Amino acid sequence: MDVRQSGRAGAAPGAAADDGDGALVRELRAGDERVFAELVDRMTPAMLAIAAGYVPGRSVAEEVVQEAWLAVLTGLDRFEGRSSLRTWVFGIVVNVARRRGARERRSVPFSDAFAFAGEAGDEVGPTVDPGRFRGRDDEWPGHWASPPRPWDLPESALLAGEVRDRLRAALDVLPPRQRMVVHLRDVQGLAADEVCAVLGIEPGNQRVLLHRGRARLRQALEDYLNGDRA
Amino acid sequence: MTDGLDIDCDELVEIVTDYLDGALDAGTHRRVSEHLAQCDGCATYVEQMLETARIAGTLRAQELRPDMRERLLGAFRGWKAAGTPPG
Ligand SMILES: [Zn+2]
Repeated sequence: MDVRQSGRAGAAPGAAADDGDGALVRELRAGDERVFAELVDRMTPAMLAIAAGYVPGRSVAEEVVQEAWLAVLTGLDRFEGRSSLRTWVFGIVVNVARRRGARERRSVPFSDAFAFAGEAGDEVGPTVDPGRFRGRDDEWPGHWASPPRPWDLPESALLAGEVRDRLRAALDVLPPRQRMVVHLRDVQGLAADEVCAVLGIEPGNQRVLLHRGRARLRQALEDYLNGDRA
Repeated sequence: MTDGLDIDCDELVEIVTDYLDGALDAGTHRRVSEHLAQCDGCATYVEQMLETARIAGTLRAQELRPDMRERLLGAFRGWKAAGTPPG
């Protein structure tokens, strides 16, 4: 696991730049299981997050991801390299998950279905506790009353297991649509326009979901880091 | 008082992502930059949003549940066995 993590910065085989996609596809078609396993490890968490935005429950999301991987394998001959392999694969997950989501909604009561429809992620209201800002009758209304304290952690501490575990836990409980976008933008490192294309959403909507998701994750880290050191 | 502080901190924290993505109009972008140059609280907030995104980028190799991974590798073997057309 550590090898793959440190490999993200550069030279992990298979963790390819886009121009390596052609080679990856050839290796997959040749039946190279090691290459497939690496892609699975690298992309499946984001695929599960995407699926969870369209279908209810972990087990259905896992079925969607499995079906999507099979569609990727059987469709390899149709991969034309016009998009990166990643965005092509994520697009396939979206299609499979949409179809499955529509089927699930027909087979469960409407109110349950609505609970996992995408709109659940579109909450409103401030992303930072209003109690942290000065009141309207203050000399400086709307300015920080309790500003965030700098984390000032050395690189090694930020990347240490516990901080990452805490972030992962917070990521896992984000509202589904926020989780999809944070996975694609921040975990996978896709560009904003790629995320919009894959999910079929508008740029403004994409930024709202990213912002709300990141704000929650930052707060989770603040709770942990400042609580820990207080 | 300079321009930057006509954006309040509680407004600024809601447009951080628009700011970082370059999605604000030029005037608002400049006022955010000016605010950040004068306000430690907001500067720290923006820094922590970036830090959060950066740490999220280290989660890419999350471990998959072993049974799911095995099922996927099994599916790959099945696909491989069914395929392999000659030439
Ligand atoms: Zn401020």
